[in-house]
Amino acid sequence: MATIRIIVTLKPGVLDAQGQAVRRGLRALGYGAVQDVKMGRYIELTIPDAYPQEEIHQMCDRLLANPLIEEWRLESSRPNGDRTRSRAEARSPKPEARGLH
Amino acid sequence: MRFGVVVFPGSNCDRDCVHALRTVLGQDVAELWHGDDSIRGVDCVVLPGGFAYGDYLRAGAIAATAPVMEAVGRFARAGGAVIGICNGFQILLEAGLLPGAMIRNASLQFRCRDVWMRVESTQTPFTAGLRVGQVLQMPIAHGEGNYYAPPSVFDALEQHGQIVFRYCDPTGAVTADANPNGAARGIAGIRSAQGNVVGVMPHPERASEAILGSTDGRLLFQSAIDSLAGLRGVTVGA
Repeated sequence: MATIRIIVTLKPGVLDAQGQAVRRGLRALGYGAVQDVKMGRYIELTIPDAYPQEEIHQMCDRLLANPLIEEWRLESSRPNGDRTRSRAEARSPKPEARGLH
Repeated sequence: MRFGVVVFPGSNCDRDCVHALRTVLGQDVAELWHGDDSIRGVDCVVLPGGFAYGDYLRAGAIAATAPVMEAVGRFARAGGAVIGICNGFQILLEAGLLPGAMIRNASLQFRCRDVWMRVESTQTPFTAGLRVGQVLQMPIAHGEGNYYAPPSVFDALEQHGQIVFRYCDPTGAVTADANPNGAARGIAGIRSAQGNVVGVMPHPERASEAILGSTDGRLLFQSAIDSLAGLRGVTVGA
C-alpha cells in the first residue's frame, strides 16, 4: 500500500482569515518577522500501490477540495510518484459547473 | 401545499422549519431523511440550517453527497422550488445547485444576532410576494457565511438579477457596517438563473412568530405557498 498526502490550501486572493489571525498571534508572541501565514487542510489516503494518480486528483476536484476557492498538491510515498503537483490551475472543470446556473 | 424538510445528521434547524411551516402556517410537512433517494412528491424542499455531517471537510461538503441530494438535484433541475437556509445554502453551493462558495466570516467569529436584509429580486417563489427594496429583519447564526465567487460569476449574478438579498441597515442602506460576515457585495442570498432555487444565510424560520422578535421570515414561506398555489404567478425563467 502507498500513502498519499494531500495538502489543500486557499487559492491566492481568497481571504485567509484564519491565516491572518494566526499571524497576529505569532506577532503578539514576538515573531514579527513572519510576513504571511496560510492555513490549510491535510488529508492522508492509504491506497494500493498502483492506484491511478488521475483518480486522486478527481477525488480532490469532486470532494476533498472546493476548486472554486482551494487548490491542492499531492505528496506521494510511492517510488517515482511525483512529489508535489498542483492541479488547481491546470484543470478545473468544476468551477465552470459551479459557475453559472 | 406539501413541504419537505430534509434532515441530515447534524441538522439543528429542521424542527424549527417544520414548526414554522406546520404549526404556524398550517402546511403539510414531510421530514425527508438524508439517506432516502426520494423527496416523496413534495411541492417544495427546505434544506435547513445546522452542521450537516459535522461540517467536516467544508460546510455542506459531505451533505452534498447524501443520497437525498440526488433527488433534490433532479427536482431542482426540473424547476422544483428549493430553499437552503444557512447550512442549507452552503449545501446547495457544494452540490453545485447554486454558484459560488462560502468562506469563513472575515471576523473569524461565529455571528449570532439579528440582521436586516433588503430584497433585491422578486423572481423567486420565496420572494414573489415581496417587493424590491423591502427590508426584512431576521437572525443569522453562522461562522462561514462570507459569500465568495470569481468576478465572472459575480458579474453574471448581477446581470441576471440573481442576487436576492443584501445585508443592510434598518433603513435599507447596504453598508459595510451592516454586513456581518464580509460577504462580497453584501450578499445574503442568491437564486439560480431559473429562480426556483434560493439560498439565504439568515434564518426565516427563526423569525416566523411575534414571540421570536420578528415575523418577517414568515413572508418568505407565505410567498412560496402563494406562488406555488398559483395565486401570485411568479415568472420563473429569467
